[in-house]
This record gives sequence, structure tokens and C-alpha cells, in this order.
Amino acid sequence: MKKLSANQKILAGVAIAAAVALPLVTPDFRLFQASQVLIYAIAILGLNLLTGYNGQLSVGHGAFFAVGAYSAALLMNFAGFPYWTTIPAAALICLVVGLLFGLPALKLDGHYLALATFALALAVPQLLKYKAFSKWTGGAPGISIDKPPAPFEFDIFGRAFNADVWLYLFTLGITVLLFFCAWNLVRGRIGRTLVAIRDQPMAAQAMGVNTAIYKSLIFGVSALFTGVAGALNALTVQYLAPDSFHMFLSVFLLVGMVVGGMGAVPSALFGAVVIVFLPNIAGSISKSLPGAIYGVLLILLVYFMPKGIWGALDRLRQFRLPRHRDTGSS
Amino acid sequence: MDCLKRKTALAGAVLAVALAALPATAQQGPKRYGPGASDTELKIGQTMSYSGAAASYGTFGRVMTAYFKMINEQGGINGRKISLMSVDDGFSPPKTVEMTRQLVESDNVLFICCSMGTGPNASVQKYLNDRKVPQMFVLSGATRFTDAKTAPWSMSFSPTYMDEGREAARYIIRTNPNAKIALLYQNDDSGKDTAIGFKEGLGPDRVKQIVSEQTYEATDATIDSQIRQAKAAGADAFFDNTAAKFTAQSIRIAHDIGWKALHVTTTNSSSIAQVLEPAGFDKSQGLVAGKYIKEPTDSQWDNDPRMKQWRDWMTRYYPEGQKTDWWNVYGYMVAETLAHVIRAAGNDLTRENIMKLALSLDVESPYLLPGLKIQTSPTVRSAVNKLRYYRFEGKQWVLLKE
Repeated sequence: MKKLSANQKILAGVAIAAAVALPLVTPDFRLFQASQVLIYAIAILGLNLLTGYNGQLSVGHGAFFAVGAYSAALLMNFAGFPYWTTIPAAALICLVVGLLFGLPALKLDGHYLALATFALALAVPQLLKYKAFSKWTGGAPGISIDKPPAPFEFDIFGRAFNADVWLYLFTLGITVLLFFCAWNLVRGRIGRTLVAIRDQPMAAQAMGVNTAIYKSLIFGVSALFTGVAGALNALTVQYLAPDSFHMFLSVFLLVGMVVGGMGAVPSALFGAVVIVFLPNIAGSISKSLPGAIYGVLLILLVYFMPKGIWGALDRLRQFRLPRHRDTGSS
Repeated sequence: MDCLKRKTALAGAVLAVALAALPATAQQGPKRYGPGASDTELKIGQTMSYSGAAASYGTFGRVMTAYFKMINEQGGINGRKISLMSVDDGFSPPKTVEMTRQLVESDNVLFICCSMGTGPNASVQKYLNDRKVPQMFVLSGATRFTDAKTAPWSMSFSPTYMDEGREAARYIIRTNPNAKIALLYQNDDSGKDTAIGFKEGLGPDRVKQIVSEQTYEATDATIDSQIRQAKAAGADAFFDNTAAKFTAQSIRIAHDIGWKALHVTTTNSSSIAQVLEPAGFDKSQGLVAGKYIKEPTDSQWDNDPRMKQWRDWMTRYYPEGQKTDWWNVYGYMVAETLAHVIRAAGNDLTRENIMKLALSLDVESPYLLPGLKIQTSPTVRSAVNKLRYYRFEGKQWVLLKE
């Protein structure tokens, strides 16, 4: 099992401490943006477990994001669940949905799986609008949920500890927990198995790995991560509609994963920063062609960092510290 | 000589400006500024779908931006530069929340105006109302933005679905007071809102004149049976509130089964290319549709001086925009109305005053059909709420007399 070096531990600790201290220096709406980054990072991490580590290409993870979001909203609005209980509930629901989708997905490889998941991404917004469900889902106009209040209110260094700060810290806590779980999952035997199935499925099978179980399990776990992100998204945005889970969401998650870097846990954070802020940058450059600018920026990113931002950072690190050259990247 | 001329002209211009400015400042009263307003600038926020699934509507934001560029070139409004901060939300509600919060909390806009779409606007409705930030001229027909009780800081521009239903009912009763009416709509919120408005327009005494009320699902393959049932119920007027694809069907079916009812449909289903051509021009004769804007493709406005002026303006300030796209006329009209509100506010640029003025409009717009006005009140919260009716004759829509 790979362990973190002392330097890496310090780096992780500093990053978490900085994230916790962020509310002291940022206004509320920036915290909202920071929460969005963390949420998309969780979703991208989920996708990365499936696609980056296990090689199952999903172009439909927006669907699991939507399932998580609507699970949280419906449990709050119709079953009276307190907001924080909707996170484990959404996790469980999405795990089951992911497993159920993962089983038939075993029969599909490569492009075919991509198409099947893409169909899922296309179907979900339609299903949310379907009138038989609209009593719960609110149909096309969507539904609102109450903003989770801060459990206590006080001022710290002149900064009010309000609902926005609380939501951010709540999201941060869950993000740290899930990143730790993912890192634990991939750094050991399971991680090696997943990678083996991705790179040499025949050899893995020959060595006695039950590829079917691993492949469907990781589908479930991946959906769990993305579903939790969806639930958190519902809590921070407090409004859900089919338009929120358009097929583009799935594409953005995929973009985030590739740009961040595939097959590494922390890379999801970089991918999330890109998908949250790149559209804003593109929009501020040109109003007539934001899509084209976005595309050009994306091509430049991928051209100059073919292994994603994380891969580029890794190369930089190896360049600086030639003695610690290692090929691992988790 | 030349130099002297220029000096005289300059002096004249300075004098003219001074004279013009004098009474203006006198009338404008004491200065009261909300966030985003100052002696030199007024900041307004807008979220728009420049990218994403509804990117074709983005032209609306570009027209408005071009309009205020022109205004600022001419010296702004009451001496203030108007900064319309129009940002892309890709028609995605979470992005709308993010961008709207940025506009309100960081850019400090005075109000949000003319943001695109039902879902995106709904996602920030509670936030803006809680903070008492005007959510003005929402671009959506949903009734949730015109409810003074639940959302006192929201209002819309276009006719709501209820307005559309009410106007259709009034038209049918004007044409045939004893009409036996059939009603057909999509089984969703907008369809139901239209039906509520329709019954309101009929009034309690006439609701019983509805002999057939039916719905269909967006996923249905055909509405054949609904049309046949409406005919069998003996209806001689038909309010056909269906989506474009189904309107084409209903025109064809009604013609083929020989049902000669007064067939009234909506603005959204009045496209010649998407509805009438597929249905067949011969079968579409006599169809009636409600509209409110002068469409640039409508040949009867070819010589309209204000439409000509609009075309010249487009060439100069928004050359890349389509002169055949009615969204560009619409965006220009909304921008003009917004400029009117800001001008009327004078030096009292507070959120309360802007909302008060936006809810007491009574202005003509040369881009509305003759006889229509932009009229609001604290209870009538959609700026355009009446329609004029057109009949399809030959190969074009002909405006009917009031």
C-alpha cells in the first residue's frame, strides 16, 4: 500500500486548513462558487473512479447527479428529512441505482457503454418532466427547497457565521471525507485490481479477478459519489429543474475529468475549477461566441497538458526533484 | 474663418447642453441612490443564455447590450452611463444562481432585468425577493413571476400564459357571443395556466359554453381523437392551445373531418414555416392566432417608418444580428422600455422607486401592434398583457380589426 510522504501530508494539511479558513477572507457568493467547485470535484472524482481507474467510459454521469439531487429534495419536501440526513440517503439510493445500471453495462464495452450512458443522460431530463412524476418532481418549472440554516450563529474576526459559511463548511467536510475514502480505495489492492481490469482485462481474469463483480461494484460506488455531489448541489442551489441536469452537465463532468487528469484522486479538484470558471471566462471574453471561446480554451488546455492539469503538475514535480522519480500518480 | 465657425458651434453646443441640463436637474429632485447607482453610472444585471441549449435566444441580450451602447454614446441617461452587465448562464439554473449572486453581491447592481427563461429565473426568484432586489421584465410566460403576494419584487414582460388564455376567450366571445367552445391544451403547468386564464376571460356566466375540455400529453403521437370528440360535442369555436407540431396536426384533422369551427391558436404556434406549411396552406385558411409584436417578416410593416428605423439601427449597432428574427425587435422594445423607466426615475435610483415605476407603466411602443400598449399596475404585472388577432388568408397573416 502506497503511503503519503511527509511532504504530501503537510501539503494536504495546509490545503485543508486553507479551505477551512477561506470564509474569513471571502464574501458569501464566492463561498457559493467554492462550494460548487467542491461539489463538482466530488462528481468528477466519482466519474474518475469509473472511467479513469476502471476504463468504463460514462457520458451520462449527469443522470446520477440528478438522481442524487432529486432524492435529497424529495426526501426533504415530502418525507420531512432534515437536510443533513439526505446526504447518506442519496448516497444509498445512487449506489443501488448505479449497481442496477452497472449490471447490464457489463455486457457493453467501450463505445457501446458510452452510448448507453449517453442515452441515460438524455432520458433523465425528459423523465423529470414526465407528468406521472410531476407531482413530486415539479415538472419543467422545478421545485424549491429551503436553505439549510446554520446550526449556530456568531461572529468570528468580524465575519458572520451564516448559512452560506455553514453550507460551505458542510460541503467541505463531506468533500474531505469522500476524497479520503476514494484515496483509500484506489491506493491498495482494489485500486490495483481496477487498473488491471482497465489495462489488461484478460490477464486480470486469468489471475482470478472476478471482473464482473469489480466492474459493477465500481459502477455503484461511482454513482454514489456523483449522487452525493448532486444532493449537495440541491442543498446549495435550493432549486432543481430538468434544465439543471441537461445533457451538457454530463459532458462538463467528462471535460472536468479529462482536463483535471484521469486516474488520480486530487485531479478532480482542478477539473472542477475548470468547469466552474472556464465558462465565466469564455463569457467575459465574447458574448457572441462563448461556446467557441470555451472550445478553443479547452483545446489549448488539452494540447499543452495532454495528461490533464494534474499530469502537468506531476511532470513539473519530477522535473524539479529528479531523485524522487516515481511513476505512480495517486 | 473655419476656426471661428467651429468655436461658435462649440459655444452653441455648450450652451445647448447647459440649457438642456438645467431644467432636467431641477425636475429630478434630491438624489437618492441604491446599490449600483451614482452620479456617473447605473449598474444593471442580467443573466442570458449565450451558450447551452437555448443559445439561440442569446440574441436578445446582444440587442439590449447594443442598445445601451448607443445610449452611452449619446451621453447616457440623465447624465449617467448605463452599465448593463449581461452574463452567460448557459440556461442552467445552478449557473444562474451563481451569476445572479455575483451580480447582486459583488458587482452591486441596482436590479436584475430581463433575464432569460422560466427555470433560470425561478431558481433566483426567492433569493431576489428575499433581498428585495427587483426581478424586472422576466422573459417567461409563467404566472409565478406575476404574483404580487408571493413575489412582490418579480414581474414579467411578455404576456403570461393566463393573459394568452384570457385574450383568446375575449376574442371568441367578441366574434360569436353564443359560441359553443372546445378547449384543448397540453397537460402541464403552462397548459393549465392558459386554461385558467381562458375561463377567467369568459367570465363565470359563460364558462358553461365550454362543451369540450381536453388535454393531451407532449409524448402523444397524435391528437386525432381529441379533435373528433370536440367536433362530436357540437363545438363551433376551438381554442387550440397546442404545441407547434400538434397544431399542424389539428389544422389538418379538423379540415379533413369537415369541422368548420372558429379555430384560434397561440403566438407560439403561428409560425408559417413550422406549422402552416406542414399543415398545408389550403387547410390553414381562416385560422386565427393572437400576436403582440410587429414581426420583421410580416410584409405589412415593410414601409412602417419605425420598423425601417429599427432596420437602420440594426445595421449600425448590431450588424451581425438577423433582421428577420423577431427576438431582435422584441429585445429592442424591452431595452427601450427599460430606458424609459430609468429616465423616469430621475435622481431617485432606489430599488423601491424602480419597482414602483416599472409597475406603473403606461407607454406606447411603435413595435407593438397598433392598439396595444405597455401597461402595468401593482396588480397587472406583465408589461404586455393584451393581444391582437390575425387571420390566415392566402399565404399570409392578416391583422383583424379590433
